Amino acid sequence: MPHWMDLLRVLVGKELQVRYKGSFLGYFWSVLHPLAFTAVFYVVFRHIVRLEVEHYAMVLVTALFPWQWLQNSVSASPSWFLDNASLIKKVRFPRWTVVLAGTFTDMTHFLFAVPVIVAFLLSEGFPARVEWLYWLPILTLAQLLVAFGISLAIASMNLFLRDLERLTSLVMLIWFYGTPVLYPLSRVPEAYRPLVAGNPAGALITCWRSLFLEGVVPLGALAAALTGGLLLTAFGVLVYRSLQWRFAEVV
Amino acid sequence: MSSPPGGGVLDGRPVIEISDVTKYYATANLAGIGLKNLLVHPRRSLRAWRGMRRHTALDGVTLSVKRGECLGVIGRNGSGKSTLLGLVAGVLWPNRGSVRVRGRICPLLELGAGFHPELTGIENAILNGVLLGMPRRQVVKRLDRILEFAEIGDFVERPLRMYSSGMVARLGFAVAVHVDPDVLLMDEVLSVGDERFRKKCTDKLQEFRERGVTLLFVSHAMESVLEVSNEVAWLRGGKVEALGSPAEIVGRYREASRR
Repeated sequence: MPHWMDLLRVLVGKELQVRYKGSFLGYFWSVLHPLAFTAVFYVVFRHIVRLEVEHYAMVLVTALFPWQWLQNSVSASPSWFLDNASLIKKVRFPRWTVVLAGTFTDMTHFLFAVPVIVAFLLSEGFPARVEWLYWLPILTLAQLLVAFGISLAIASMNLFLRDLERLTSLVMLIWFYGTPVLYPLSRVPEAYRPLVAGNPAGALITCWRSLFLEGVVPLGALAAALTGGLLLTAFGVLVYRSLQWRFAEVV
Repeated sequence: MSSPPGGGVLDGRPVIEISDVTKYYATANLAGIGLKNLLVHPRRSLRAWRGMRRHTALDGVTLSVKRGECLGVIGRNGSGKSTLLGLVAGVLWPNRGSVRVRGRICPLLELGAGFHPELTGIENAILNGVLLGMPRRQVVKRLDRILEFAEIGDFVERPLRMYSSGMVARLGFAVAVHVDPDVLLMDEVLSVGDERFRKKCTDKLQEFRERGVTLLFVSHAMESVLEVSNEVAWLRGGKVEALGSPAEIVGRYREASRR
């Protein structure tokens, strides 16, 4: 077994243990966050803005959980290498494992929360579907590629340009509203639709929602998500490989 | 990879070979170090800034350490000691010259680096062992020996934040020495822990050297340098000022510091 797999295992174990050990609410926090957002957005858009969308609560739940994973991974990425400065300065180990472990940890939180999504769907009268079983790993992989690629690039570049952290949170905010999380894709005007559905996050969210609500994955969006994921991972690796040799100098 | 310590052929070639190494940092990108130098050596930094906008940390350094020997490296702050250690550890790359190390390198980390305060001693030991290059299964197998060496008793099941700094240091040292390194890198680590533990560390280092482990030891504590190393290099402004027997070089260094 290659050593990086051992590394990945202990690093993910560490993140999960740290998350779930200190507070006994550990697991509930990772579920509570998207649920609270769902409640807030539901009240705001359903009862105040009076958005007329069928099953709006379910539209939100099925999108906010996967979005939360992407958001957590990318927002944490600027500090992945910075937080491990003392190790990076002294020990030679594949540093990308730190970022992959972080992405895996957020993925695990998401997977732990899937039963909550399912419970909501069932209580609202949506049927349980066999399709969930085989599409879930594929969509998870696509999102893992997207999250890892972006995080690796940001984590590497942030060592050289520390302002990237602030920029990241701003871009994430814009991306959130530009992604059909709060609204279904059908509400987006025709002209913008390719842009919204074609960006990797938009494609992913479209796939997740469609899978949970209808049991189908639109292949066009899946192709966009997978391609985006592969390109972003390639980009992340490229950035990492060109900067990695100077990490210990600048961290 | 070279043969494990204790076995294999003694071919007489140095385990650590540093040939004509020059390393400089672009100060324009190193806001932290740049600022520090500006405060500590304002004149020198300004000259460097105006001149090359880069700081030469090591300048044509050639050193070698044979199997089972211990090279002590001394010098004032900013003389290039840590850069040297980073190059040998393989986390820095030289701009000129070459660094060759044969065998498994294990750096001894400063207090608690790579440890997490919320994890128990056992969990931290496994995490650290794997980070230092051991397969996870091997760390688990050696866990008993590691914990016994660390002498932290019942605390192994408690989170690290409850440990005294001495206990953290002992655990860190215990993990590092059980990695089975061919080359052990130490940066000022013997200064932690009580007298008894320091004695234990020095004994362990002695045992290591007898088994053929090569040591590179950077320190400001001259007593430790004299005790552990059999050769000492004095770095000054990124160059080797002097190289020779510990007593002689430490003596000259002390003499120069007094002036």
